[in-house]
Amino acid sequence: MSTSPLQDVHAELGANFTDFAGWQMPLRYGSELAEHKAVRESAGLFDLSHMAEIAVTGPGALAALNYAFVGNIGTVKPGRARYTMLCDANGGVLDDLVVYHTGENEYLVVANAANHDVVLAELTERAGGFEAEVTDRTYETALIALQGPESTAIIAEHSDTELDTLKYYAARPAIVAGLEVLLARTGYTGEDGFELYLPNAQAPELWRVLAAHEEVLPCGLASRDTLRLEAGMPLYGNELGTGTTPADAGLGRVVRFDKEGDFVGRQALADAEQTRKLVALRGTGRRAPRTGYPVLANGAPIGEITSGALSPTLGYPIALAYVEPGNAEEGTELAVDIRGRSTEPVTVVALPFYRRGE
Amino acid sequence: MTIPNELRYSKEHEWIAVDGDVATVGITAFAAEALGDVVFVQLPAVGENVGKGDAIGEVESTKSVSDVYSPLSGEITEVNGATETNPETVNEAPYESGWLFKLRLSDTGELDALLDAGAYAELIKEA
Repeated sequence: MSTSPLQDVHAELGANFTDFAGWQMPLRYGSELAEHKAVRESAGLFDLSHMAEIAVTGPGALAALNYAFVGNIGTVKPGRARYTMLCDANGGVLDDLVVYHTGENEYLVVANAANHDVVLAELTERAGGFEAEVTDRTYETALIALQGPESTAIIAEHSDTELDTLKYYAARPAIVAGLEVLLARTGYTGEDGFELYLPNAQAPELWRVLAAHEEVLPCGLASRDTLRLEAGMPLYGNELGTGTTPADAGLGRVVRFDKEGDFVGRQALADAEQTRKLVALRGTGRRAPRTGYPVLANGAPIGEITSGALSPTLGYPIALAYVEPGNAEEGTELAVDIRGRSTEPVTVVALPFYRRGE
Repeated sequence: MTIPNELRYSKEHEWIAVDGDVATVGITAFAAEALGDVVFVQLPAVGENVGKGDAIGEVESTKSVSDVYSPLSGEITEVNGATETNPETVNEAPYESGWLFKLRLSDTGELDALLDAGAYAELIKEA
């Protein structure tokens, strides 16, 4: 079991821990609903040190990444980031990840903890034919996220770096609280916010400085999951897997057939026929559809829930599900089989469920 | 973790307060903490005859769904509807206002199989 460099800090805070992808990480500190609310209304602090950081460098780094990923990394300017996917030769998704262009011929790939080994192995293999070096930085790098409407004001108190020019999906080296970090305006909550990458040894100090603000609440992985679900963001293992293509998940736009050169999965993705579609479902009452529950149309199973929760912000049940394409249109009335005991009506709605400022 | 001495406990993490042949049942503070924020409670119907070990209700937290088992056999005489309208009561006061249901026991001999506070403390130490 791996532990975060912030393990002792979490234990002091009385965190309830969970085993996540081989890491012991905070599930919640107190009420996960209060943590969720803090991110929507003020600011939440997350330890994401379990995420995988892999550096790809060298004169052939860009070509290697363009071959390895389905997106066009060539259009990612220095100081910017891109959400993309690693697919297998059959077009199945091996991971969804973020690529930061951190310098000339330098990229940082941030992958899901559960896929660390696969991504590292695939990147190393796929970069083999290029002048590029793949280096695992996971176990020396901490990641702290500050998310929520108060995030900008809080970071501004501890840094001289100009935040107005640090746009969404941008990142730059900065000094925050006297510590050198890679400051990225990215996140997985649907709110404005930052992700700060730094060496393990400095993580406790940065955490304490940010957590000292009274408007900041430490948040665990439980609230992170409901936040991302409200924002309509997929979770690998739920909405994405080797049995799904990016298009199945409604993310066909991340596959750039127009980029130069071949990439792994190109032919399979070009030929793929869509047999199911990811949809957003809205329910009534308080019963949440859960992962694995069957989705019904006129009493017959036509799909399955991949993620679901009683939305803390909206107050009604929300879910993502794969359904047969004929049942995917907005406004379609479906039902969810709740543990074989009852059914709850749901309606296909547009994503995201929650958009900040609305 | 609070484990009141005067209560009995089941291995399914329920507490039982016995008054004559009527038992009041709820989930323990340990169970409430493990579940996280409770957002939905479904209780049995008053008048329903239930057997020991029957799944007679459900408690949903943000992340999970759990069955509520009847720790004893008998007839449901009362349910705490306040937990259906305010599920957070189960987290806030699991041994008090967060009680779930009452039943009139059909076999008080079943009480012997329940755990006392000490035995329950041992049980959750292993968990």
